[in-house]
Amino acid sequence: MKTETRAEHFEAPSILGTLLRRLHIDIPLFIALFFTALLSFIILYSAGGQDMNILYRQAARICLAFILMTALAHVNPYQFKRYSALLFGMGVFLLLAVLIMGQIGKGAQRWLDLGFFRFQPSEMIKITTPMMIAWYLSEHALPPKIKQLAIATVMILIPTLLIAKQPDLGTALLVASSGAGVLFFAGLSWRFIIGIITALGALTPIIWHFMHGYQRDRVLTFLNPEADPLGRGYHIIQSKIAIGSGGIYGKGWLGSTQSELDFLPESSTDFIFAVFAEEFGLFGCVSLLVLYLLIIARCLYIASQAHDTYCRLLASSLAFTFFVYVFVNIGMVIGILPVVGVPLPLISYGGTSIVTLLAGFGILMSIHTHKKRLSRT
Amino acid sequence: MIDFRLKKAGREPTTDFTGRRRVLVAFMMFCMVALVARAVYLQAIHECDPKFENAYQHIDVVPIMASRGMIKDRNGAPLAVSTPVHSIIINAREVKKDDDARIKQMEKDYRKHKKEELHLDKAMKLTEAEKLQIYAEYQKEKAYKVQQIERLLDLPIGKVSALLDVEKPRQFAYLARRIDPAIGEQIRGLKLAGIFIEPEYKRFYPAKEVAAHLLGFTDAKDVGQEGVEAGYEKVLQGISGSKRVIRDGQGHVVAVTDTKEAVKGKDIELSIDGRIQYLAYRELERAVNEHKAKSGVLVILDAKTGELLAATNQPSFNPNTKAKSNYRNRAINDVFEPGSTVKPFVVAAGLDSGYVKPNDMFVTNGAYSIGRRTVKDVHNYGTMDLTKVIKKSSNIAVSQMALRMPPKYFRGVYHNLGFGESAASGFPGEAEGSLIDHRRLNDFARATLSFGYGVSSSALQLARAYTALADDGILHSVSLLKRDEDIDAKRVFSAKTAKSVRAMMEQVVTKDGTAYEARVDGYTVAGKTGTVKKSGGRGGYIAKKYFSVFAGIAPAKDPRLVMVVMIDEPSAGQYYGGLVSAPVFSKVMSGALRILDVAPDQIDTMPILLTQQFQ
Repeated sequence: MKTETRAEHFEAPSILGTLLRRLHIDIPLFIALFFTALLSFIILYSAGGQDMNILYRQAARICLAFILMTALAHVNPYQFKRYSALLFGMGVFLLLAVLIMGQIGKGAQRWLDLGFFRFQPSEMIKITTPMMIAWYLSEHALPPKIKQLAIATVMILIPTLLIAKQPDLGTALLVASSGAGVLFFAGLSWRFIIGIITALGALTPIIWHFMHGYQRDRVLTFLNPEADPLGRGYHIIQSKIAIGSGGIYGKGWLGSTQSELDFLPESSTDFIFAVFAEEFGLFGCVSLLVLYLLIIARCLYIASQAHDTYCRLLASSLAFTFFVYVFVNIGMVIGILPVVGVPLPLISYGGTSIVTLLAGFGILMSIHTHKKRLSRT
Repeated sequence: MIDFRLKKAGREPTTDFTGRRRVLVAFMMFCMVALVARAVYLQAIHECDPKFENAYQHIDVVPIMASRGMIKDRNGAPLAVSTPVHSIIINAREVKKDDDARIKQMEKDYRKHKKEELHLDKAMKLTEAEKLQIYAEYQKEKAYKVQQIERLLDLPIGKVSALLDVEKPRQFAYLARRIDPAIGEQIRGLKLAGIFIEPEYKRFYPAKEVAAHLLGFTDAKDVGQEGVEAGYEKVLQGISGSKRVIRDGQGHVVAVTDTKEAVKGKDIELSIDGRIQYLAYRELERAVNEHKAKSGVLVILDAKTGELLAATNQPSFNPNTKAKSNYRNRAINDVFEPGSTVKPFVVAAGLDSGYVKPNDMFVTNGAYSIGRRTVKDVHNYGTMDLTKVIKKSSNIAVSQMALRMPPKYFRGVYHNLGFGESAASGFPGEAEGSLIDHRRLNDFARATLSFGYGVSSSALQLARAYTALADDGILHSVSLLKRDEDIDAKRVFSAKTAKSVRAMMEQVVTKDGTAYEARVDGYTVAGKTGTVKKSGGRGGYIAKKYFSVFAGIAPAKDPRLVMVVMIDEPSAGQYYGGLVSAPVFSKVMSGALRILDVAPDQIDTMPILLTQQFQ
């Protein structure tokens, strides 16, 4: 009795702190994520035509994702580092399996049917690629030498090309940028960066040559959507009209008309930002961007506080990937980037992207909440 | 908000992490600014192209009606065709909504005009008087348009205004249905918002009353309701398409997206010969009127293929207007007791089975007792051979034949000829008729069955049964569609029997036969009359009410056509089949044989033929 009281008295000021450390949850990040998920429900209710079933399914996915996040937050980052190569290898193997099975089945396949659920290897590779590159580079002296850079580049290109072949350009882009993010933070020399950008610019005609017809159409449509306003430009024009009609203050929740009229395609998935912009206006758009920036800022802060090179590279890369998500999706909907199938992170309906994203945040939380214990040992 | 300063920890002196992070943050900020700038441009500065802005408000899915397949006769002549028409729809709520928009536009124009005229820097506000003037001007213009619509559509004056001047205007009302597209275009030219033109198809029947019962008709939704239109609905019906249209503020279509073309229904070619059908219609109508009959039916089948060449009913109706409502196709859907017309089958059955020998003689004295009942002939014919039995239509002689045959076999012959079951032509609502059950077939029932009571059939079924006599013992299936041969044919009599019965039936059409009126100049005819007492419910028969029937085959030597004429309740004095129905047979058959270019086979009546004029 006595000891207990004393202990209570002694540790009272830090009970919450202890509890949080035990949970391994980063409170600022968790709150930001929680609010974004909440926002997702609000927009989906309107964009999905007020269908409660959509909300239930989304809720189930988000719950699963939060559980996975918490679970991963409990894993010591040392374990991530240790199994990086293995997980990456598994991911690449599964990608190959999907590709081969897809070719046998004579159709594009992105998932493996495991009976009880469908598993998309491309989602797993989004996290394991930066893990792999971060592990590989952290095993060597930084900044990386040419040999390591070459090997790392190949390691990025393998999953990227496999996914691009599915074809899933959006995910390929995200995987490539997650890898590139690691390289950048590992201290890739500026000469290389400038060189690569120049080379890409010079190679544009060749890339153009190797693109699929529909991919070329997307680029052309992006450059001039009014050329075919009712065909290929339809998505972009309708999305612009929706955003524009929102004005500064928006039409109010449930006030958007295009989802009701079925005007805007993909209104609850990739183009959900248009619904949001129409209902909440410029004010809402800026608020949402600020919310995303808060998440990214917190992730970068976690990266800066990371204990070792591996954790820092991985955390930075995950933060960067999240930013790419946001920018590519909103940029596409708003009409400053070509149409690429990337969902609005944490808000778009469906997809396994929410699970993967929150898994990434789980790793970030793990990095942040384990560092003290690591430093003690 | 978030601490961006980095502790100069120096744990990793080899990488410039802080510098990298700053570059990244700068890059991300740049991107975010680009997004915000774009959002500001779209939401606060940029004004949408009004065409698309309006389009965005008015998307609409418009069905495209599929044209219904054509019904043609065997020679390709159209019997039912779909022609495009317009229906005019008014959305009164939209008309009212448009008023405000138009008045505002007129006020704006007026202000602009005034500004230019007076060289003002700024448009002036309108005075109340000016506003009233504009309002009055608008009302005048609208009243004129409304008046034009009423004039063009032949509507009573004030009809459209009545729709508009209510508290809660209706969103949908037809102003006119299925009108000439030219008038529709004139209405479109008036450009009054809220008035819509719906293109539709109207079914048109060029033959009007002539094939009305056979073809049937379609309802307002272009769905077949009766006759061939209903029976072949699945074939004739097209698949309607749809298009997404984008409308401007006035409801006019500015662009079309996602068009799904309508698929036209398939045409069908009936077995009907339009020329014979017309002839049959005309002659039957004349006979029904002449004999003041209640109704009449006439069916012609091709003796070799079972195709229906003509089927007509009296009284008829005009399917284009549907004014009268006697839609029932009695020729196929109504039954009567065939009476004496079945007697040739009894003879054939007897000969085929050997219960009757070709040289058998039948002794009669005008009355024949079976148990407590008596069978009577019209006259006492004395002793007769088979030919005379048919020629004079003796009830007593056929009863004697029937009693020689076992009930099961005797009934089986009728059953094989298709009595008591549908002729399966594919016509909707086809009658099955009835045939007395063999357990109830006592001697008297067998006797009456032999002269056509206790059995009922439609004219089509009776004509079908006659194909067995016409095509040397082969019973044909019936087809409404044109075909080259009948693959469902079955033999019911031997060829020899059929031929000899036909020869007996030729005697019916001789001077002392029952139906001299049925003769056709230049051709041999085999036939049989029937004068049937109308049944008045359970077993009883009504006095002085008759079905006058004639069933015949021509040319008798090498039959091409089978015809059944039935006139219901002739009440102008004559009622014998040989006097009422046989003349119709004669006129229609002689015309039909010539239409089909059948070579005459009876040269001795040719001179008469040459002097006769055929209409």
